[in-house]
Amino acid sequence: MTDLVIIGGGPAGMSAAVAAYDEGVRDILILERDEGLGGILQQCIHNGFGLHRFGEELTGPEYAWRYEQQVRERKIPIKSRTMVLSVTPDRVITATNEEEGIFSIEAKAVILAMGCRERAKGSLNIAGKRPAGIYSAGTAQKLVNQKGYLPGKNVVILGSGDIGLIMARRMTLEGAKVKAVCELMPYSGGLARNIEQCLNDFGIPLKLSHTVVEIHGKDRIEGVTIAKVDERRRPIEETKEYITCDTLLLSVGLIPENELSLQAGIALDPVTGGPIVDQNRQTSQEGIFACGNVLHVHDLVDFVSEEAEIAGHSAAAFVRGKLGADRDISLVTDGKIRYTVPRRITQGKDVTVYFRVADRYRNVKITVRRDGEAVYSVKKPRTAPGEMESIRIKEALLEGAGELKLELEGERD
Amino acid sequence: MYDIAIIGAGITGGMLARTLAAYDLKICILEKENDVAMGATRANSGIVHAGYDAEEGSLKAKLNVRGSEMMETVARELGVPYRNNGSMVIGFNEDDRKVVEQLYRRGIKNGVKNLRILTGEEARRLEPNLSEDVVCALYAPSCAIICPYELAIAAVGNAMDNGAELLLNFEVQGIEKKEEYYEIVSGTREPECPRKVQARYVVNAAGVYSDEIAKLAGDHTIQVHPRRGEYLLLDKTCGALVSHTIFRTPSPKGKGILITPTVDGNLLLGPTSVDREDKEDTATTAEGIARIMEQAGENVRNIPFQKVITSFSGLRAAGNTGDFIITSHRPGFINAAGIESPGLTAAPAIAEYITDMLKDQGLKMEARADYQPIRKPVYAFREASVEEKNEMIRKDKAYGRVVCRCETVTEGEILAAIHTNPPARDLDGIKRRTRAQMGRCQGGFCMPHIAELLARELGIPCETVTKSGPGSEISMGRTKESRES
Repeated sequence: MTDLVIIGGGPAGMSAAVAAYDEGVRDILILERDEGLGGILQQCIHNGFGLHRFGEELTGPEYAWRYEQQVRERKIPIKSRTMVLSVTPDRVITATNEEEGIFSIEAKAVILAMGCRERAKGSLNIAGKRPAGIYSAGTAQKLVNQKGYLPGKNVVILGSGDIGLIMARRMTLEGAKVKAVCELMPYSGGLARNIEQCLNDFGIPLKLSHTVVEIHGKDRIEGVTIAKVDERRRPIEETKEYITCDTLLLSVGLIPENELSLQAGIALDPVTGGPIVDQNRQTSQEGIFACGNVLHVHDLVDFVSEEAEIAGHSAAAFVRGKLGADRDISLVTDGKIRYTVPRRITQGKDVTVYFRVADRYRNVKITVRRDGEAVYSVKKPRTAPGEMESIRIKEALLEGAGELKLELEGERD
Repeated sequence: MYDIAIIGAGITGGMLARTLAAYDLKICILEKENDVAMGATRANSGIVHAGYDAEEGSLKAKLNVRGSEMMETVARELGVPYRNNGSMVIGFNEDDRKVVEQLYRRGIKNGVKNLRILTGEEARRLEPNLSEDVVCALYAPSCAIICPYELAIAAVGNAMDNGAELLLNFEVQGIEKKEEYYEIVSGTREPECPRKVQARYVVNAAGVYSDEIAKLAGDHTIQVHPRRGEYLLLDKTCGALVSHTIFRTPSPKGKGILITPTVDGNLLLGPTSVDREDKEDTATTAEGIARIMEQAGENVRNIPFQKVITSFSGLRAAGNTGDFIITSHRPGFINAAGIESPGLTAAPAIAEYITDMLKDQGLKMEARADYQPIRKPVYAFREASVEEKNEMIRKDKAYGRVVCRCETVTEGEILAAIHTNPPARDLDGIKRRTRAQMGRCQGGFCMPHIAELLARELGIPCETVTKSGPGSEISMGRTKESRES
């Protein structure tokens, strides 16, 4: 029996491990499928990480190294090149690696920190053949930054997620021509600073309300047909335009990787694709916690680390038998706020609720309703779907509550 | 000098090569692509049809029923998953009922066993997600599902294990009749130079190109054209939505949109049926995808279309006679053309049929003493118990390294695919053999790793690894930093 098993050694797993250790848990094991710690940060060689956490701009590998040092100082055991195959509701983890073969571990507590994957081309139903030269932006990032290969020289990017924006700049710096970034929505899903620094600074056009309707080429992609879309996101025939390219990168969304969570019988939130958790980041299965992009997709790694600390502290309390619950409050939202993390509150302490909005709004007022009655509100000049927001709810507001509802008022921006 | 050259390494050519490999013959298979099973075999419904569709007395009817009877044994010998799931042809009104009854009578005449006509309620009891509007169904318990390219890969592999040779990137450009043999010349598709092959007998199993191949041999009787079928493949979490293969009552152009589980546990919807000119036009279309969704949704309720993981299309070689065209108008030159549905089902029977034709034409066939019909299990790892897997990992650590996380494919299985007949030479070849890159992330995570394994094992630079043969290289060079270092 191991006290705490953490699945995933990326930023979430490392931060959770350090937090649990510092709360006194010593019997911890991190299971990591890759060669070493750090997860996707290792291929994010651009800077901009750590502004909130460390007050300075770090590259992805540098940010990862800060946490890896903390893990190593504490001598927290790691099994790398180890793939977890299953997790049961009673916290038996089965994994495989080349040294031990297939083995099982019983854990008192489990933290899920498996991260997310990119949405693939197949799910988009784009017409055309399936030639070479079509990659998700993260795959291209790995090829360029870790393997040293250039996927192509004339590039169109579909989707304006942050990895797509980062790769627009990266490919340009490698001498490729990025001809356009097409975004289906009337706004970008990426961070404002990335649009500025990765597209505008290089004169790369961002075509909002545009999509790729057809892929041309048999062996290798030769071009794409793009089109503007109407309010219902249907392509407008007369706006069709052919762009020659040898590469199409896709940055069309990230999906929390919860195949293991489903095996463990954990309830998922259909909006985030991640587990439904309480303020402790405990899932619907007792003793199984989740944090980082497996829970919901974050905009900044700094917030991943912060969230993972909560999961690490909670798991430590659970191991010691001290994770109490004195309330059961559910958190709901209107449609303008897409989701909240957490979805449940089980203890009467101050709680920070993270959320994302469904559209761009300005002159925003967020109101908290306790069983229908408005009890608290905050104002924000602007909100955007690409940026995660938060609101701190004081302990006093939780007293006697059954349901808290978050509502947004504001003008469409 | 070969005794026989088979043009085309699809299911027809592959099954024939395997059947002929039982005899003391020198066999070669000529394939224009970088891998086997690249034409109609790559993208079709994967159904082992019961045999009620084809008209009584046709070659299709005879070879379908025979092939269906043979398939389970063939699949077992070749180590290919086969599931006898049964099929239903569903009807929505009185006109459909007449078609269902006609198919029933035809099936009985064709020799299909255990056919039954069900009421709508009986059908829904077997298949709860069927539309409420279904009023009748033809139930065929002998229908089965199989993975078409896996079967063709295994058939070619088994033929090669028994001595047949496979020549890839061999696009036939000329066929010349000499006194005693045919001389077949390839084109100049990079990186190969023109090659010549001499064979006493030739079988044309070139799919949509079988008309052109026949013409090269002076036979102008063959007429085929490509008929495109588009498909949607859904995530494995949807594979249990139906357990039977569900057909709509057929129209003259085909069997309509079917809904079926696959042997790998996905849900497959399709195909559309559109006649095309271009023999390489395997594009999907917005209209086709919309039509599949609409028709599939009429037949079965609760299809989770947001779980589509990929769409694809294949070209069937549609003949002009309505039947398979298995003919010989030149001595020693046999056409296997127009092998459209149920060509996959019929393939083992077509192989027998052509073998008999070759005998009749004087090809001497002596059974080989060392013929091995059982293919060595290549990918036994995924089917093995935990104890067996651990034994394999102890012997070979590569089986302890998971490369494809979505489908849990190990490095050991990928290496086996590169080193087992017919060897995988590109990323798609690895995908079809191991399922690596076929899951939810569609290779997003594991493709770079698989490319490195291919480069290492084939002894080529990683940037020259291809997706599916020359012209589809994964990279267009090195980054600045890696060029300098």
